[in-house]
Amino acid sequence: MRHTLVALVEDKPGVLTRMASLFRRRGFNIESIAVGHSEMPNLSRMTLVVNGSADILEQVRKQLGKVVNVVKVTDVTADNITVRELALIKVRATSSTRSEIIEIADIFRASIVDVAADSLTIEITGDEDKLDSLLNLLRSFGIKEVARTGSIAMLRGSPSQLRVEEKPLKTRKARYNLL
Amino acid sequence: MKLTGAQILCESLVKEGVEVIFGFPGGAVIPLYDTLPQYPQLRHILVRHEQGAAHAADGYARATGKVGVCFATSGPGATNLVTGIANAFLDSVPVIAVTGQVHRDFIGRDAFQETDITGITLPITKHNYLVMDVNHLATIIKETFHLAHTGRPGPILIDIPRDVFLEQAEFNYPEKTDLPGYKPTLQGHPAQIKKAAKAINEAKRPIIIAGRGVNVSKAYNELKLLAETAQIPVATTLLGVGCFPESHALSYGMVGMHGMVYANYAIESSDVLIALGMRFDDRVTGKISAFAPHAHIVHIDIDPAEIGKNVRADIPIVGDVKMVLQALNKQIVPVDRLEWVNQLDDWRREHPIDIRDDDGLLPQYVVRQIYEITRGEAIIVTGVGQHQMWAAQHYLFNKPNTLISSGGLGTMGFGLPAAFGAQIGCPDTTVWCIDGDGSFQMTIQELATIVQEQAPVKIAIINNGYLGMVRQWQQLFYKARYVATPISCPDFVKIAEGYYIPALRVKHREEVAPAIEQAMAHHGPFLIDFMVAPEENVYPMIPPGATVAEIMEEPRQPVKAISDSKRLKVSNI
Repeated sequence: MRHTLVALVEDKPGVLTRMASLFRRRGFNIESIAVGHSEMPNLSRMTLVVNGSADILEQVRKQLGKVVNVVKVTDVTADNITVRELALIKVRATSSTRSEIIEIADIFRASIVDVAADSLTIEITGDEDKLDSLLNLLRSFGIKEVARTGSIAMLRGSPSQLRVEEKPLKTRKARYNLL
Repeated sequence: MKLTGAQILCESLVKEGVEVIFGFPGGAVIPLYDTLPQYPQLRHILVRHEQGAAHAADGYARATGKVGVCFATSGPGATNLVTGIANAFLDSVPVIAVTGQVHRDFIGRDAFQETDITGITLPITKHNYLVMDVNHLATIIKETFHLAHTGRPGPILIDIPRDVFLEQAEFNYPEKTDLPGYKPTLQGHPAQIKKAAKAINEAKRPIIIAGRGVNVSKAYNELKLLAETAQIPVATTLLGVGCFPESHALSYGMVGMHGMVYANYAIESSDVLIALGMRFDDRVTGKISAFAPHAHIVHIDIDPAEIGKNVRADIPIVGDVKMVLQALNKQIVPVDRLEWVNQLDDWRREHPIDIRDDDGLLPQYVVRQIYEITRGEAIIVTGVGQHQMWAAQHYLFNKPNTLISSGGLGTMGFGLPAAFGAQIGCPDTTVWCIDGDGSFQMTIQELATIVQEQAPVKIAIINNGYLGMVRQWQQLFYKARYVATPISCPDFVKIAEGYYIPALRVKHREEVAPAIEQAMAHHGPFLIDFMVAPEENVYPMIPPGATVAEIMEEPRQPVKAISDSKRLKVSNI
């Protein structure tokens, strides 16, 4: 089964390597990984989509938790979450197909971000199913290029449980460099 | 006042109470070594190979309970540490490795003796650091010591570029660490402890398997109280050997592949299995699906990732073994389990771990004689292989941390440098290195270190002319095709003499005790080359991936006399 994990990690070089190395070594299978700054200084929030049985996922979560720079890992699969992914799709477009493609994009509330003589670039945001459906519809026109960000996830409603409860992290003047 | 990076490192080590460093210099660490004379309280011991430094730090840490420290230079110096670091990682030993790195400007340019040691050791350290700014050095060292010995201990590596050793910064050693992602759980969850107590109180056939976690958390008294109050038999893993006195009536020795038959039977029949600070290694469980089939498993470990990793845990408790047992013991009621204990004693009588009567020189006999003559007071350090199992089986360990052995990684060559490290840490204790002729040759150069420091390590080589454990597997599972297992040896007595170490060769049973006594009477290091029965096997044995039902016990016929002509000699190759 597919699981969505959200990890809060210290914003240090090498954190991604540590996590990726762990996945490789223990034979865990990552579907996507997306990372960026969080609302807290020096902390990044990472969303991982992992495929595996409940036992494997439990191990993934615990092994990630052991990485010293990982502050917290939560499996949010069963929670009430918002999941979004962004994709850029460059599709072949001729004068005869261009308007049809734009119509399809409109239905998906996607936007056209680049127009060229022989192609259109579409930006779409949504959950994975929505992105897949659009891609399938566009396939017949000829897809030239696709770039996807991987999913990011957030709990709905009440303040995120993924905060560090104990104390606000003081901004570290000394942010040392870790490879 | 401003200090150089090298001075900051030394000051910090002094503040952390470090007394001994095992190391080997090289280009990138010359600035560090140049600073050492300013710190006479730091005793640096020059080894002969960096692997020896890591193993010595490991042996030192296990014998003393302190953090072991080793130094190496960049490139090959650092990579030579790798086996020792991996060994410490798998056995959860607090070792801190400091490596030199090339000048910051040269990093990433394949400079002379450059290697990405933080990348290489990423999966075999608890954490590692590359120090790119001297202002961060003190904080990093503080974190390193905190990480190494708290929670589940493990090795940490600090890689320091040459110019960082030379750069100056204000030295303020931090009081506390700021590691938001590192908070080991120490106290067990009360509800889980209550559940465990209920299961244990209601158990008819409970058994405890105690692992290295008991040693790490020093939960000896708590374990004893639990076992005695509730009359629960205690077995141990290889790394748990000694955490519960083996002469205790409730001690049933080591479990697993070469564990006691009765201990393995007890696990097989148990209804509640209490696993303390152990990780269900495959050498302990055999075939996992058939392991402890009737048991409700209570798993107590400080590392949450160990819970359910290999074996299902019915009642998991994450926490420090000592603290969890303190809470648990309050809820344990005294129960009479005489019937169950008697059952185990019957099994023990039926399947004793004894030595058959044999005129030949049996390796098990050598171990027993070392036990008799040291009165069980020695620290025994082993290499890896048959001799390691015989040492674990036939020496009676009554004190914690007196068997020092490479359990997880199974590192041949661990014995001699680790014995040296243990001796440095415990100068007043007798340390015996029981090694195999194969293992011994892997780190034989550390004899020079032992002599240089006049460490009175006693060395017993169990010399059977084979890589014995592999040969045993070839004999049992590969139709006795002895491929690459007959191994030639130099004349170990002459080698020892070359290192100014007195030595004896023992070929006959009656010479064993006098030789050991002579070694004990000698004030410095001493080596005995025991020419034992070449094709002796380690029994009992559960074949890999098999179940308790498939235990192989010792065939009851005498082994052939040792034929010296069968031995491979350097001289006749």
